[in-house]
Amino acid sequence: MEEYSKKLMDHFMNPRNVGEIKDADGIGEVGNPRCGDIMRIYIKVKENRITNIKFLTFGCGAAVATSSMVTELVKGKTLEEALKVTNQEVADSLDGLPPIKMHCSNLAEQALKAAIEDYRKKHTKQ
Amino acid sequence: MDIYFDNSATTQINKEVLEEMMPYLTDIYGNPSSIYSLGRRAKKGIDLARKRIASSLNCNINEIFFTNSGTESDNWAIKGVALANKKRGRHIITTSIEHHAVLNTCKYLETEGFEVTYLPVKKNGVVDIDSLKKEIREDTVLISVMYANNEIGTIQPIKEIAKITHEKGIYFHTDAVQAVGNIDIDLKDLDVDLLTYSGHKINGPKGIGVLYIKQGTKITNLLHGGEQEKGKRAGTENVPGIIGIGKATELATEGIKQKAIYLENLRDKCINGIMENIPDTILNGDPVNRLPGNINVCFKYIEGESILLMLDQLGIAASSGSACTSASLEPSHVLLAIGLPHEIAHGSLRLSFSKENNEKEIEYLLTVLPNIVENLRRMSPLK
Ligand code: FES
Repeated sequence: MEEYSKKLMDHFMNPRNVGEIKDADGIGEVGNPRCGDIMRIYIKVKENRITNIKFLTFGCGAAVATSSMVTELVKGKTLEEALKVTNQEVADSLDGLPPIKMHCSNLAEQALKAAIEDYRKKHTKQ
Repeated sequence: MDIYFDNSATTQINKEVLEEMMPYLTDIYGNPSSIYSLGRRAKKGIDLARKRIASSLNCNINEIFFTNSGTESDNWAIKGVALANKKRGRHIITTSIEHHAVLNTCKYLETEGFEVTYLPVKKNGVVDIDSLKKEIREDTVLISVMYANNEIGTIQPIKEIAKITHEKGIYFHTDAVQAVGNIDIDLKDLDVDLLTYSGHKINGPKGIGVLYIKQGTKITNLLHGGEQEKGKRAGTENVPGIIGIGKATELATEGIKQKAIYLENLRDKCINGIMENIPDTILNGDPVNRLPGNINVCFKYIEGESILLMLDQLGIAASSGSACTSASLEPSHVLLAIGLPHEIAHGSLRLSFSKENNEKEIEYLLTVLPNIVENLRRMSPLK
């Protein structure tokens, strides 16, 4: 099998921001249609900024590492900035993914978007 | 620590085997078809290998044919018998848990006008004999059932199936790649028509396989060309490989009963340790009727590739039937066939032992595996 980068293995073995946020402002969950994995992202938002973010992932090494990386990339960012993060960026930040694992990084991007959407849905009324 | 628990994938070459092969990789390079001494010496080596195999498996020397791999043997057995007997019928029966070398060969034959029945298996992975009997038709010419499953280790009632097929005059092939060297095989007693195995699963070299073809079996060639292997399998012989598989077969079948007991001990110790220490774990396959060195478990809520990566960091090599570990991104067809849902198959781990493994290694695994599973579960959104 093609090898994972050192950086990816670091994020897999020591994932950042694992867990749940009990009083999250937004939660996004997506399933991977290709291999059946599941990723869930929790965000805490203050003045339009992601102040805290956590994830839970049921998936391969690349899925765990991309979840970890996406949480690092967007922590402290405004929602607009966070929405601009693409799966390619996540992959690049991990020094690349084996081609067969690119679909796992979609999951990270989509879970983040779903969490932001969820937040907006819940908070547009006030 | 370097611990190799993936002996169903491939094995380490035995030193004695390598030593016997060496002269044929260096000095005795002659073509076995040549008339001069150098060629004759190579030919003699092949004869010796064939003799060793025939006596290890109890068959005649003219029933042993050398191929490049288990895959080639499977292809030859199935396509060869199907094509040679197509006037009699075009129906083949196999199982849904065969190796891809059998399954995809059957799928190919379907595109060439053959009909194939893929038998389901029971929850423990054993073929249901009654449904096999029911599927037999007038035009059934070949039945192919693997001896022991490479993933879940289940052993099939091969002798019984051989009897049924012969009562109906149907040819019977068994893919015994995982069985040779693990199960005592006596071909005269087993009475199959064709049997496949390969060198690298029994501490021999890669790139060499055997097809046993019982005398009188109607089979066409897969490879056409020269007159090697009595005109049945063309191509200059892989002499070092043949020497290797000959010696490896001899060694693998020697003292096979004691070896099986040794492996069963390791296996059961490991299974018990896993089942006792890790909650929400399923043992796949049959608890008793399984290969002596095979373990296959599913840990709920987590994914196999992640388990393998963490084991690898600790120096342990193993495998999984998770969709994420396969190039097709499909979960193992074997785990689905025994009725596991996709997300459970996802958390599968296969450990396969050889006589090179020992209790210390199992103990080490049992100290690290519960933590790995727990860590991954902490990360999991399922629960
Ligand atoms: S999540 Fe299944 S392959 Fe990555």
